[in-house]
Amino acid sequence: MIRALLERIRQCHRTVVYPAGPPVLPERLRGRPVVTPGACPEGCVECVAACPVGAITRPDGRVHVDLGRCLFCGDCAAACPHGALRFTRDHRLAARTRDDLRTVGGEGPLARALEGRMLSLFGRSLKLRQVCAGGCNACEADTNVLTTVVFDLSRFGIKFVASPRHADGLLVTGPVTGNMALALKKTYDALPDPRLVIAVGACAISGGPYAGHAEARDGADAVVPVDLYIPGCPPHPITILDGLLRLLDRLPAERL
Amino acid sequence: MRAAALRHLKPLPVTEVPVLSMRAFRREILASVEDGWRLVSFHGAGRPDDAVRLTAVLALDSSGELKVLAADPGESYPALTPVCPQAGPFEREIAEQWGVTPEGHPWLKPLRFHGSYRPGHVVWPELAGENIQPSVMDFFDVEGEGIHEVAVGPVHAGIIEPGHFRFHCHGEQVLHLEISLGYQHRGVERALLGGPHPRTIHHMETLAGDTTIGHATTYCRAVEALAGCQAPPRARALRAVSLELERLSNHTGDLGALAGDVGYLPTASFCGRLRGDFLNMTAMLCGSRFGRGLVRPGGVGFDVDAGLTARLLESLEDTCRDVAGAVNLLWETSSVRARFEQTGTVSAAMAVQLGLVGPAARASGREMDVRRDFPADDAHYDDWSIAMLTSGDVMARARVRWLEIQRSAEFIRRCLADLPEGPVRMECGPPAADSLVVSMTEGWRGEIVHVAQTGAAGRFARYKVVDPSFHNWMGLAMALRGQEISDFPLCNKSFNLSYCGHDL
Repeated sequence: MIRALLERIRQCHRTVVYPAGPPVLPERLRGRPVVTPGACPEGCVECVAACPVGAITRPDGRVHVDLGRCLFCGDCAAACPHGALRFTRDHRLAARTRDDLRTVGGEGPLARALEGRMLSLFGRSLKLRQVCAGGCNACEADTNVLTTVVFDLSRFGIKFVASPRHADGLLVTGPVTGNMALALKKTYDALPDPRLVIAVGACAISGGPYAGHAEARDGADAVVPVDLYIPGCPPHPITILDGLLRLLDRLPAERL
Repeated sequence: MRAAALRHLKPLPVTEVPVLSMRAFRREILASVEDGWRLVSFHGAGRPDDAVRLTAVLALDSSGELKVLAADPGESYPALTPVCPQAGPFEREIAEQWGVTPEGHPWLKPLRFHGSYRPGHVVWPELAGENIQPSVMDFFDVEGEGIHEVAVGPVHAGIIEPGHFRFHCHGEQVLHLEISLGYQHRGVERALLGGPHPRTIHHMETLAGDTTIGHATTYCRAVEALAGCQAPPRARALRAVSLELERLSNHTGDLGALAGDVGYLPTASFCGRLRGDFLNMTAMLCGSRFGRGLVRPGGVGFDVDAGLTARLLESLEDTCRDVAGAVNLLWETSSVRARFEQTGTVSAAMAVQLGLVGPAARASGREMDVRRDFPADDAHYDDWSIAMLTSGDVMARARVRWLEIQRSAEFIRRCLADLPEGPVRMECGPPAADSLVVSMTEGWRGEIVHVAQTGAAGRFARYKVVDPSFHNWMGLAMALRGQEISDFPLCNKSFNLSYCGHDL
């Protein structure tokens, strides 16, 4: 017992300062991609061709980036001969609608907070049931990590619970395999109203690397209505936390 | 004619794979297993004439030998499983994928619940097409007074992947556990056919996301071998460092989770954080905590400079000191020892019979480790000493992890202190045509095996993935026999197997 206490004293307090202070992110993090306006010569589609999941298109001369499909692999930036497309360290990626993720040049609206009754119900206490539906255990792991002392999710009143009957919402990962579609639907149906669904990761938003596979459904919104989309493959834990806090209107003004 | 000798990562022309009669094929495998060889891969592949060819790869760990053989089974053949239990899941997979029946298989049920790769050829006509639903099959049945069943999953209480567990109990005692998976099936192997495709590396990185480095490295080595090239020395060293970082993060997380499952919160809490510190070191390398974008055919996507190397080493020292402090509390705490010892025991004989791999096998006295037995391409793992225990219980699986943590940390220190100079990536040409190559890596869960076979155009005619979980799920089922059902979370965590790595 005394050794456990001594070790506790030695290892100190380790919860991140975020959101009171800025987040600490890896220097090489590939966050929000941006395209420098006017830097792309007419007809150049190197980035479009380099993307393995069709996240980039150039239908009208401008470069459109679908953050919901993006794997943040960086192949497009590496292929760009003009230095026009690059990945910033901006971790803020969450959006409230699928369309908000279909950006021109990477720029799009960030997630709005819940409003009215939903905000008053969930703003200070949100209980989530996680459902993995074909996820590779990376999105799951970096969601789970929010419950450790590092992120201390419960200080925001957010908690993962063991049963949908105890939950206010679902957090879905994975492309929704055919073999999990029914289980996901049943879990959603078991939630009391009103309820929320949060899709975490490229798979849950668009199918990710499994988009178009007959064995999967190209994301959660094929089965359940989604209220918050958090892009990434997987998203950094701070990106997930940012999305949750935006939804609950809990981010301090300087972090918005 | 018998099996052909094969060298790890040396392509063999497909024409040199001996095609035996089914009878000789079976006899050769059974005799080899009797002599201590293991089945590392046993799979079917479609042929142009709609027939199926079976290919088996066997390994002898003690001498680092591999051999390969093939046979054409027709629509059915006498199963190996009754005399060779480690063939069990392989034969179920062959039946499900190709509609070839292993006659006399004692446990012939779907493995992943998907349609046949050969339309019209199905082993379970009643479970075809629209009727395929996960876990809709006959479960093992236990009868008698006081017998009851407990069904858990696919949606579990924690943040984990889906699977279905059916416990047959008498009171609190588990007589048998049947594990039914397939919920994570995303059609990976089907998508790999005709590759490499632009998405192939991403499928590898997400086969089992917690093993991104392990599977991506195994894949890249396979395509490099097929292309007749080798990644530059500096890239190989950085891959080895990241593979051991992956092991450190997962082993540390597992020890924390084991502590959590016996209600010992100090270690659970420390390790939850420390696991992330290792992930952050991987992110220092490549921007992704899971190593996405790091391992690529021809080398690695990121280099390090002296400053980053120093920061990595500093972070490694700090984190390892805290891990030692956190983990040693486990061994000093009698309530933890009491729960870990003699719980979920897998005997040495059982580990051999089932063909267990990785820390689970080493905890049951099986001296095997790909890093020593089938080294890939260089001397990084020279004089690698295998972490092995013999008690086969939760305690042994925990202690093996702790030993491996210490050895991996030491390995990274050595590697980073002596990084070869030079480029980190080179051009990797297209794979050679009509060739077969076996690529093996000791991932943190155990042996990862990829068998790549190309056709006339140099595209994948078959790409077989064997995640260590494929062998080890049956080990977990056996570990539960005779245990109390309340020990399931602890036993499960002591294996910590992959659902998506199994389901593909």
